[in-house]
Amino acid sequence: MSFYGLVDGSDASLKSYLGNLSGVDQVGAEARAAMLATRSIKTTSKRWAIDTAITMVDLTTLEGADTPGKVKALCTKAVRPDPTDSTVPSVGAVCVYNDMVAVARTHLDLIGGQHVPVAAVSTAFPSGRASMPVKIQDTQDAIDAGAAEIDMVIDRGAFLAGRYIDVFNEIVQIREVCGDKAHLKVIFETGELVTYDNVRKASFLAMAAGADFIKTSTGKVAPAATPPVVLVMLEAVRDFYEMTQVRIGVKPAGGIRNTKDAIKQLVLVNETVGPDWLNPKLFRIGASALLNDLLMQRMKMDDGYYTSPQYVTMD
Amino acid sequence: MTFEYAPAPESRAIVTIKPKYGHFIGGKFVACSKHFPTINPATEEVLSQIALAGKADVDAAVKAARKAYTTTWSKMSGKERGKYLYRIARIMQERAREFAVLETLDNGKPIRESRDTDIPLAAAHFFYHAGWADKLEYAGLGTSPKPLGVAGQIIPWNFPLLMLAWKVAPALAAGNTVVLKPAESTPLTALLFAEVCQQAELPAGVVNIVTGDGSTGALIVNHPGIDKIAFTGSTEVGKIIARAVAPTNKSVTLELGGKAANIVFDDAPIDETVEGIVNGIFFNQGHVCCAGSRLLLQENVAEEVLHKLKNRMEKIRVGDPMDKNTDVGAINSKEQLAKIIELVAVGDAEGAERWSPACNLPSKGFWFAPTIFTGVTQAHRIAREEIFGPVLSVLTFRTPQEAIEKANNTPFGLSAGIWSEKGSRTLWASQQLRAGVIWANTFNKFDPTSPFGGYKESGWGREGGRHGLAAYLKGVSHE
Repeated sequence: MSFYGLVDGSDASLKSYLGNLSGVDQVGAEARAAMLATRSIKTTSKRWAIDTAITMVDLTTLEGADTPGKVKALCTKAVRPDPTDSTVPSVGAVCVYNDMVAVARTHLDLIGGQHVPVAAVSTAFPSGRASMPVKIQDTQDAIDAGAAEIDMVIDRGAFLAGRYIDVFNEIVQIREVCGDKAHLKVIFETGELVTYDNVRKASFLAMAAGADFIKTSTGKVAPAATPPVVLVMLEAVRDFYEMTQVRIGVKPAGGIRNTKDAIKQLVLVNETVGPDWLNPKLFRIGASALLNDLLMQRMKMDDGYYTSPQYVTMD
Repeated sequence: MTFEYAPAPESRAIVTIKPKYGHFIGGKFVACSKHFPTINPATEEVLSQIALAGKADVDAAVKAARKAYTTTWSKMSGKERGKYLYRIARIMQERAREFAVLETLDNGKPIRESRDTDIPLAAAHFFYHAGWADKLEYAGLGTSPKPLGVAGQIIPWNFPLLMLAWKVAPALAAGNTVVLKPAESTPLTALLFAEVCQQAELPAGVVNIVTGDGSTGALIVNHPGIDKIAFTGSTEVGKIIARAVAPTNKSVTLELGGKAANIVFDDAPIDETVEGIVNGIFFNQGHVCCAGSRLLLQENVAEEVLHKLKNRMEKIRVGDPMDKNTDVGAINSKEQLAKIIELVAVGDAEGAERWSPACNLPSKGFWFAPTIFTGVTQAHRIAREEIFGPVLSVLTFRTPQEAIEKANNTPFGLSAGIWSEKGSRTLWASQQLRAGVIWANTFNKFDPTSPFGGYKESGWGREGGRHGLAAYLKGVSHE
């Protein structure tokens, strides 16, 4: 692998690459995110943002209680989020556990959802505490079952212990398993990395190792996709593009529950990396409850009044 | 796909602007025979006719202030004075949107800034000083500090209500009464503040507001019935005031110009530094005396910082100040715009390289695109003179020592910024810099608890905090 000419795969080159990153000032990053949160998105731009956000949703169910029935219902919702309005676009992807990939893929194909990819969480999600052969097998299983996107978790223990090369090598190996069959999203679990310096470091590490997307969180740990964390990741992606001319996607996940939060994310994208990233190929939002709020806000813009939750489907 | 933000204008329906205003003297609005217009600098629309105070008006205001001082305010307990200040602070918060809209209409600054910075900070100054009113004996300024008497206060147009708060709140807390003159081009929020004084039932004459131009200011400065002059404005006018009060018994504080160095070391957190540079010079259209108008970049990161700065400047939204998404609004006046254009032409003539992002400036009103000059040296006029507009001069340095020497090589010394992730370097640099306010990894942050003021030609005395309180009390050091 080339690693974009940034690292040669050795521990020394990785340390040098990560050591050259500038720091992140916590107060400044939070102030910038807070300022962008004051952007007032109204009328036509709000409508555009809602529809765009819908296409970016990775509609997710990651529960121990997931059943084929639950997953099929989720797939149906993903293809036609509002059964009464065919102008509502399909979501970006359906995101499930490894063993539900086949169920999801089969059902999506059955109901005319061939265009909706299935994303599988992988590598001993959410903790990442398993041996490498298990993680590789986990990933291979998901791809064999039809997953077009792999959401892997990094080994936060290794990262926090300073064994960056181990984290790097894991991503490289999972990248190899994905090959050209699946897009690779790398989850940092920013709530466990805690500092913005770590988030920036993890971003550059994962991008050099071959991530197609960098993703904030599993959804199992809070805080998750806070605006400043996403800002720091978007800045990393922007800088990486300047270095390599390669566009890496960003996926905030966890804690984005309503339209206002989603629009704030789009504003962050727009004013940090620019409009090229306002595209489900480069920006996704991992969520479940968010979709219904987007639909209700969409109805409100059409009808002029807030509807009851009874008028949107529960799943 | 592009994400165009649809217009999001704040409604101006909340404010009622009278066609004509008088002075606020002795608790009442008093008619005046002479008037001048105040306009909205973003549209050139005439907003109202403002009274022009002559000698008789200033005399009446000083007389009212003296009477209130002697009969009421100096006799009132600090606890009671504090109640009035708290009441004013609360009313300012309740009417914050009204103040914000009015400030933006009269000044041209973006509604986001008047709403999120000016008005909340103005209220905070009243809350802060309300707390001091009954604790003056415990401020470390002597066992029984006494007020000075009547304070004449002259404030600028860049932060009209906030500068009023900086002046009025400590004066009143310390037991003084005031005659305040807002700037010629931005009198409206001061006149709304007069209504707030009425609403708070502040005793008549404690706050008097006379409007006018420089001639009114001169009448206040030279008035024999005034005990203290507090001025914020240009160094040029500050020097005139200093000369005028020198042979008198008047106390004086002056907050004057600046040409602050914003120093970026090579270990700075680059993205936040770029934000800080933007905030340092483009906040309030650069109409900020403590603006970071001289950017000093360590040469080994200069290219990277400039590249990122230019990309960031492309995102600055210049336009209608009433739009909630506007970042940079209108230049406050035709005169100020002419001054900016003149100094920018000097920069061009001196061979500095000028750059601005593409922006569509409105056809009416006074506008200037955010601008940076690179290739600037200490010998350029644009590195020495205050432009007071959205224009940044960029210089480079090689070593920390050189940065400090360049930063201090100016007649001014109001503020400075240091950007570094290395604590020891930040502390070292802050001890070397000759400036009243030094920000580390931030810029243009204000708080009523923190004293503000300058070295050298940037002024005399401090405002805010305990130091600012001292400037309104007798028998205590003013530094």
